[in-house]
Amino acid sequence: MNRRQFLQLTGLSAAGTLLGLHPWTTVSMAQTRSAPSHSPKRLLVIFLRGAVDGLNVLVPYRESAYYQARPNIAIPQPGQPGGALQLDDTFGLHPALEPLMPLWRQGSLAFLTASGSPDLTRSHFDAQDYMETGTPGDKSTSAGWLNRLLAILPEQDPVEALSLGASIPRILQGTMPVANLPLGRGATRPLPLDQAQTAAAFNRLYSGQDELSQTFQEGLAARRTLRSHLLAEQQAERMAADNGAPTPINFPEDAKRLARLMRQEPKIRLAFTALGGWDTHIDQGGSQGELADRLGSLGQGLAVLAEELGEVYADTTIAVLSEFGRTVRENGNGGTDHGHGNTLWLLGGGIRGGQVHGEWPGLERDRLHQGRDLAITTDFRDAIANVLQHQLQLERSQLSQVFPGYGFGKMRSLQICR
Amino acid sequence: MPFKFWILSLLFWLGCLVPCFAAEMPDSAKVGHLLDRISFGPRPGEVAQVEAIGIDRYLQQQLNPTTLPESPPLQQRLAPLETLRLSPPEILRQFTDTRQQIRDLQQRQQLDTATVRSINRQTTVVNQQAQQAKVLRSLYSNRQLEEVMVDFWYNHFNVSIEKGLSRLWAGDYEQRAIRPYALGQFRQLLGATAYHPAMQYYLDNWRNTAPESPGARGAYRGLNENYARELMELHTLGVEGGYSQQDVTTLARIFTGWGFCQESTRADGFCFEAQRHDASAKVFLGQAIAPGGLEQGEQALDLLANSPATAAHISYKLAQYFVADDPPQALVNRLAQKFLATEGNIRQVLLTLFQSPEFWDSQALNAKFKTPFQFVISSLRALNLPVKDPSSLLTFLNLQGMPVYGCESPQGYPNTEIAWLSSDAMLRRLSWATSLTRDRPLRNRLNGQPPAANLPPVNPNELAQTLGSLSAETRDAIATSPPNLKAALLLSSPEWMYR
Repeated sequence: MNRRQFLQLTGLSAAGTLLGLHPWTTVSMAQTRSAPSHSPKRLLVIFLRGAVDGLNVLVPYRESAYYQARPNIAIPQPGQPGGALQLDDTFGLHPALEPLMPLWRQGSLAFLTASGSPDLTRSHFDAQDYMETGTPGDKSTSAGWLNRLLAILPEQDPVEALSLGASIPRILQGTMPVANLPLGRGATRPLPLDQAQTAAAFNRLYSGQDELSQTFQEGLAARRTLRSHLLAEQQAERMAADNGAPTPINFPEDAKRLARLMRQEPKIRLAFTALGGWDTHIDQGGSQGELADRLGSLGQGLAVLAEELGEVYADTTIAVLSEFGRTVRENGNGGTDHGHGNTLWLLGGGIRGGQVHGEWPGLERDRLHQGRDLAITTDFRDAIANVLQHQLQLERSQLSQVFPGYGFGKMRSLQICR
Repeated sequence: MPFKFWILSLLFWLGCLVPCFAAEMPDSAKVGHLLDRISFGPRPGEVAQVEAIGIDRYLQQQLNPTTLPESPPLQQRLAPLETLRLSPPEILRQFTDTRQQIRDLQQRQQLDTATVRSINRQTTVVNQQAQQAKVLRSLYSNRQLEEVMVDFWYNHFNVSIEKGLSRLWAGDYEQRAIRPYALGQFRQLLGATAYHPAMQYYLDNWRNTAPESPGARGAYRGLNENYARELMELHTLGVEGGYSQQDVTTLARIFTGWGFCQESTRADGFCFEAQRHDASAKVFLGQAIAPGGLEQGEQALDLLANSPATAAHISYKLAQYFVADDPPQALVNRLAQKFLATEGNIRQVLLTLFQSPEFWDSQALNAKFKTPFQFVISSLRALNLPVKDPSSLLTFLNLQGMPVYGCESPQGYPNTEIAWLSSDAMLRRLSWATSLTRDRPLRNRLNGQPPAANLPPVNPNELAQTLGSLSAETRDAIATSPPNLKAALLLSSPEWMYR
């Protein structure tokens, strides 16, 4: 399947010119071709760009090495003022992530410790690329693994993959079309192109088989599918604007918008968004401070997502990734530098939650990666593949299409899905 | 067997030769191409003006911008933006209102979120004026190549107004550290960015302290690797430039003690605090660094600026910006040779680039997808619209994912098609072009007029002349469209999406 075949299948290429005048035809055609199943399984990936400090997210509160390495920024033990929220006998959660505790108790939130990409780079940009292409160490892969996954999913629709953000990130780049929507308010406002006459004129301009025309046609089709939801969203935002002050960091608001779109539009199977600001080299703080503020808004946003997804949450898996972890030892400026292993977060109805999965390597010096960073005991691809297999029902051969050249050594032993 | 070999090798050479040495573009396309690449796009009548003086003369003028008088209307528009003339210490004094705030900043205590927010509110005007100045200069400066290179180097040495005190200093950073060297020596440019407090804060080096030094206390107790790593990975050698984690740590030690202070004797506010510096001898990139203070950093910058890896990295980025997303390696190599031979003379490297067959190859014609900023600025230049209030442009650029001075990642914004072409971007560009050319309120807002003011409608024939040649398909689509959409379709045409 490539973009051209896809467009022919959804009747958007040459015929799109005519369909342009009849917005609803496109939608009804897509529906008759393959009625969406009653409970499509979905995957939402949230990428924390800049490398979040996983050791202050999932706190190994029994480790004296943790407290020795972080005299100023460690999260105190559970029960202490500002202490971690106890998860089990080994780990606690950053107190700013309190909004997630109901999901933990209800058994739909899990963490995978000491996880990440095996490549040794400490470059943000290489590490992000590797995690997004799904081929760590290999720069020749251009497409992202979510795009390859999109090609495998049975139903094909222009809104099957939705990226929240103004551009298409590496993880979704590739031959399959992807819809996107900018973050923040203003993204849902009507556009001149929503008017049929205007759209028809542009349709003539972009009726070809070239990349630009195809991208335009996909955008128009996606916009038509999402239009009514966007209008409803706009209405809701107008009401909300009267009620509360805008949040300093907008993730909860964007999360709400994304969740509503996913709930109302079953055709959306894959979604992606990225959040920045995790590169805390100075003053990251402990239980309070800069990282705590960011985690607070992330936790709040994830809780909003789960709540707003409603019954759809049961069929959704949310994976929270970051390119690498941060140094075990705090630096001299109350921050942490680039490290290696991190924590992967998993939420959703199909997740065996209320547990920390994976193998904890410990923080003694001889257990550390290169003597300074948390080691990796589970490749992130094993975890994602496990979710794809159990939640999206991918075959083993399809997993190899998503993550080519990988052996999935640990996938089977992981018990992260129900 | 030998015969087969010859046939195969002949096919191999033909296969390579044809794309390697494709045809030069037609003469009629050359000036348009040049203006697309070394300026923010042609203004009405500009192609004819350049044709009249000739490409070589135009290039020489643009490469030596001080010979070009700056446009008086631009100077008039910049005059009221008074924060542009304040130095970093002056801005800090003027825009942090309480003594306590300044003391907090000077004593480098951690600021609470509420204080940061209050400073942010007060300082919005500084950001807005810097952003406005950038838009106005890009639109109206006669020194277009200088503006393009300021844009290129700012992005290369990116500093974001989203982080800490850098938000106050982005404008000064561009004026003081980037603009004077945009066509000069790379080493001076590198040095100016290294010293500027906007960079010191953006990549956290102001707190970088030798742990065993007498000045190590409070929040200044140890090393911070952030600047050292990005300096090598992004600013100079490139990620595959052959440095190790040990080099990162050593370079961080070399830059200990570099920072900012209000009482600085330098106008940019830079201070070197010897009591926080590791003055010991070091080995960096295999070279001995003698014991010393500030000069250790200077020596490291020399090493980095003169490295062949830096020449290759900068040459690749220039070729990608000016020629093609995947630039010809032969061109990159020649630029790198010139870079090394001239000790990083940017003007000489650019001249080599603009005189290269690759730059004038027909494959390069219209091969670069415009970034949102380039799309907006080139459209307004083509319309020759008098812009007095660019705030609606800034909002549009935010929605397009390219806020001015707001790139959070030290990598800066990409300039490739794959990074910027998305379905939503297409819809929004086309919609913006429609509002701009058809709806009066947007144009009036840009022009600083009341929404209902009576502006003359855009003349699509004049616009078409400025835009240059269009395909038959585009011309047909426009010919069959309603008159009030013709100008919008021109600015939305596939040809105009590229430069």
